[in-house]
Amino acid sequence: MLIPREHASRTWLWLSPIVAIALTLLAGAVLFALMGTSPLNGLHIFMIEPLSSMRGWTELALKATPLILCGVGLAVCFRANVWNIGAEGQLIAGAIAGGGIALLATADTPRVWFGFVLLAAAAGGALWASITAWLRDRFHANEILTSLMLVYVAQQLLSWLVQGPWRDPLGYGFPQTELFAVAARAPLLLEGTRLNIGSVLALLAAFAIWILLARTVIGYQLKVIGLAPIAARYAGFSSRRSLWIALLISGSLAGVAGGLEVVGPIGQLTSSISPGYGFAAIIVAFVGRLHPLGIVLASLIMALFYIGGELAQSRLGLPSALTGVFQGLLLFFLLACDTFVNHRVQFRRGVPT
Amino acid sequence: MTPRLSLRSLSKRYSSTVAADAVSLDVTPGEIVALLGENGAGKSTLMKMAYGITHPDSGSIAVDGAVVEIENPKRARSLGIAMVFQQFVLFDALSVLDNVALGLPPAPMAAIQQRLLQLASRYRLPLDPSLRVHDLSVGERQRIEILRALMSTPRVLILDEPTSVLTPQAVDVLFDTLRQLAVDGVSVIFISHKLHEIRRLATRCVVMRAGKIVAEVDPRVQSETELARLMLGVEPSPPDTQRTPANEVALTVSRLSVVNSDEHCGLSNVSFEVRSGEIVGIAGVSGNGQGALMAAVSGEIRVASSSVRLFGLSVGALGTAERRQLGLRYVPEQRLGHGAVAGMSLAENVCLTSASIKAFDLLDANAARAAAQRIVERFDVKTTAPTQNVETLSGGNLQKYIVGREVLQAPRVLLINQPTWGVDAGSAASIRNELLKLRASGCAIVLLSEELDELYQLADRLLVMADGRMSPASEPHLISSAELGRWMAGSWPAHANADMTHAA
Repeated sequence: MLIPREHASRTWLWLSPIVAIALTLLAGAVLFALMGTSPLNGLHIFMIEPLSSMRGWTELALKATPLILCGVGLAVCFRANVWNIGAEGQLIAGAIAGGGIALLATADTPRVWFGFVLLAAAAGGALWASITAWLRDRFHANEILTSLMLVYVAQQLLSWLVQGPWRDPLGYGFPQTELFAVAARAPLLLEGTRLNIGSVLALLAAFAIWILLARTVIGYQLKVIGLAPIAARYAGFSSRRSLWIALLISGSLAGVAGGLEVVGPIGQLTSSISPGYGFAAIIVAFVGRLHPLGIVLASLIMALFYIGGELAQSRLGLPSALTGVFQGLLLFFLLACDTFVNHRVQFRRGVPT
Repeated sequence: MTPRLSLRSLSKRYSSTVAADAVSLDVTPGEIVALLGENGAGKSTLMKMAYGITHPDSGSIAVDGAVVEIENPKRARSLGIAMVFQQFVLFDALSVLDNVALGLPPAPMAAIQQRLLQLASRYRLPLDPSLRVHDLSVGERQRIEILRALMSTPRVLILDEPTSVLTPQAVDVLFDTLRQLAVDGVSVIFISHKLHEIRRLATRCVVMRAGKIVAEVDPRVQSETELARLMLGVEPSPPDTQRTPANEVALTVSRLSVVNSDEHCGLSNVSFEVRSGEIVGIAGVSGNGQGALMAAVSGEIRVASSSVRLFGLSVGALGTAERRQLGLRYVPEQRLGHGAVAGMSLAENVCLTSASIKAFDLLDANAARAAAQRIVERFDVKTTAPTQNVETLSGGNLQKYIVGREVLQAPRVLLINQPTWGVDAGSAASIRNELLKLRASGCAIVLLSEELDELYQLADRLLVMADGRMSPASEPHLISSAELGRWMAGSWPAHANADMTHAA
């Protein structure tokens, strides 16, 4: 049986994600062997190959960007006990809003238009999150359910837009908009790669959230509300305000992530703009221990899983579901490790009666 | 006679402290032994070893002369050892009956219920077995613990500070019960820091200090001062009783009503007032509206504006932070999770009620650390550093920290609920002294306590809460504890109900 430990080791609490990553790789190796691939070769292609070129590293940063943005936003929510599961929906809402503004740009539009795109994307994500906040605030609706269900609403809205009013008339009927004008596109950091300014913005956002949580009164209040709601009421911290703050921050960051995806690597709105970044960011947030620095590192690992999954598909002919399996394994092992950090196992001994 | 329970040079060491240092103790059948000592003296550790919760590093335990291995509480119970804890081990979501049935050998629920009701009526501890624990008060929860221990017909019954939530009458009943159990041959071990209770009940008093037994005396022939000296190792300082005459009305509660909720028993038409420089003590068994009263007066729940007034200003509709700005400070009953946040350091917990905190400011970590350091020094909080997490403090130290945090803000009105519950005698004395000093400085203090001694010692006027109603005021020297006990049961002279004026 599991007995709670009196004092969970802080060191182990931080080491637990690393152990979980190691176990995930181990389980991955077993998985490769079961699928008839050499485990070493499989892991090499999954974990090492993507990082063997400059281009690989830029792709890693590119994939990590939406994960960082969504992950640090979710960390704010989770610290405040607001269970926002719908970052994916807020990301899509941000992509729609940002993409809508980007569509207005023409060949003559000034470069500053990209800034408006980002603002619109943030607003779109925040608006989507505010629906969840309002439902919880006004009707005490469970935010886990509402935020999750709004993901599907956002997806339907996006596919209606790209198949209907926003469809590229010259696009042979594909469900996508026309390509955005250059003025709306995210400025590239390195010519010849897809790495854009969004990755820098993501790091700045992570830094800002770190300051917010560690150094500001608002961040302190969010943490108190998350750790001890009764003490927060005693102190006079408003739980309603923290609900709104947490969801608006997290929604706007997820929205920016979505906006950056469509004006960055994708370049247009299509019916599927995210391979589940908003959901993967939940895992990222916990693997990163709800700390912005940890989340940046966890995002890189998770991004590697995305790229490795694609490579394993093209080079080894393995199913692309491998990425999802690795993500799931990571979360599973993390939860398992945390359980053992916080609990110890006691085997039942026979007791004579 | 073979000892019923024999602890033979038990030692237990935690990472940094020695909780028990080769402690030996024999308890004979039918004996009532009091275990006296400050918090951290090792009483609870010793008893947890006897009950199989912790395991000694060395030493052995014998029951009826035979050495036994007590691996866990189940084994202890099978040996006839039962324990009632200070901190309740109850499942909130389950009913009283389910909680009692857990840990008993499987039996039909009807039989368990019947036996439970028998015990409840025999020991006059009324309880509805179908109620869920989360709806019950602290006092009622303890009744479950005591009844649960009695269900297994123990031969050794260990009680860890069992009287702190009982009315004087209930304490009398409990003591009658314990004496009866002793006559029936049960060995009773009674952990307490209430010296007069030990003198009334126990035939032998074992005093522990720093993990060792330092004295064994007959409490019936020792004075309380002598017992206190043995426990503390020093002469206790007499409380500072100097006071100023009461003057302006600081806090007025008038016709305050709060509806019943899941969280607490409501209030009906409660009125009283407190003047600067006086301590108004409110007695009552917990769960009779104290929670709602504290929440309504502190601002945790908003009420009709004029039903709470601070220095004439209607504040019923203001929140806690706004009332704090007006000089109202509050020390809640529950320390972790209400008065302080577990998982945060002493320094971070300073910011919880800091008067100057503004939502859009940066946190001043240095100022918070300095403030925490001041509290630690001024109130003798035993801790390693202000960066230590509050949940690592002992109950007494945490309470000193919280009281210190509020007192250092120079409150004009202080609400304090159960200031010394579960606090060791040394800390309790220093907290009481702080309250007296605060009174001398002109603060108006509302003191809620289930310890009648404390109320008699500190309060200038006494009120009683029962079933959400407030009794008229009386003065400590005008009301006997027996009379107070009747008031706590809800019967006070009806004609005095409208009297909310100051008796002096």
